[in-house]
Amino acid sequence: MSNNRVSRRQFLGYTLTGVGGFMAAGMLMPMVRFAVDPVLQQHDAGDYVLTDQAVADITEEPVRVDFTFEQVDAWYTSEVTNSAWVYKEGDKLIALSPVCKHLGCTVNWGGDPENPTQFFCPCHAGRYEKNGQNIAGTPPLGPLDEYQVQEQDGFVAIGAVRENTLV
Amino acid sequence: MLNKLYDWVDERLDITPIWRDIADHEVPEHVNPAHHFSAFVYCFGGLTFFITVIQILSGMFLTMYYVPDIENAWQSVYYLQNEVAFGEIVRGMHHWGASLVVVMIFLHTLRVFFTGSYKKPRELNWVVGVMLFGVILGLSFTGYLLPWDMKALFATKVGIEIAASVPVIGETIKILLAGDSTILGAQTLTRFFAIHVFFLPAALLGLLAAHFIMIRRQGISGPL
Repeated sequence: MSNNRVSRRQFLGYTLTGVGGFMAAGMLMPMVRFAVDPVLQQHDAGDYVLTDQAVADITEEPVRVDFTFEQVDAWYTSEVTNSAWVYKEGDKLIALSPVCKHLGCTVNWGGDPENPTQFFCPCHAGRYEKNGQNIAGTPPLGPLDEYQVQEQDGFVAIGAVRENTLV
Repeated sequence: MLNKLYDWVDERLDITPIWRDIADHEVPEHVNPAHHFSAFVYCFGGLTFFITVIQILSGMFLTMYYVPDIENAWQSVYYLQNEVAFGEIVRGMHHWGASLVVVMIFLHTLRVFFTGSYKKPRELNWVVGVMLFGVILGLSFTGYLLPWDMKALFATKVGIEIAASVPVIGETIKILLAGDSTILGAQTLTRFFAIHVFFLPAALLGLLAAHFIMIRRQGISGPL
């Protein structure tokens, strides 16, 4: 026995706090896990989506290529059409995401008459080089994302989006 | 008749001290516009609360028709506004009141700032007031998405990107708000609805209670 004897009152205090804590945790844990579920869900990388853009027609000038896929949003499944800016660098196909890295608007190639060889975001005049590199002094803080892209039977197929590997 | 009823209850429950404590107190001369017209600046806090009450009531009634589902949300808003009697008025109250609350809070904050009312011993009430401002902005942000029109959708896309730009935890905040790492859709709408009508109003009422208890406890700040 140590000198610090636990009094009845302290013992009751500790046990009731402990039991109460367990009960509170038992109540809150399911609700918190329920709420944060989207953060912990794993997404498998999407398959390649075939577009109707012939690879032979792609030049070094970026063109907008639309691609449609089935998007599963929890209980809601729908056909969604997204687009990519596709061009060739030598023989290599490159597809960039049109989503501006500033606040998520949609960028256009040559949208700014003063910079016809850059991507331009109309919302806050963000600009990017052809390879997606954001131009210093404009709002975006990073380069445009890049789609995985490949040729399937002569047509462009767009895959999962990832961080830009060109800059 | 009403007096008798009151007396009957009061005799049993002694309710007079309760409402006296809440409602029966003097308004000092320097905050009373009847004495000095310029004292109307002291009304902005009360006006904020008044509009907040309108927001809560009109919001309660709006949920009688509104559905937080991406297929039907816009349709239900269109229906309640154009087909239901006084729908334009009720939605209008909620729509315009939402902006007015922010304006009134801002004026109230300016008044408290320029009269120096935030100084000792009222620092904690200022802190709670700032939290209330944050809750109101959260209510504005989450409520903006609910009509599920183009403006709502793209405003929220931008808003969520702003939240995502927070260092380190930005991406997590984004997913927690949107309910998905890439899609702003069905789960975003239900989440925003839940936050807008349950979570934030609960926080708002708790903070308001603290705000009011503190002001009664400490009294209003003295004249300049």
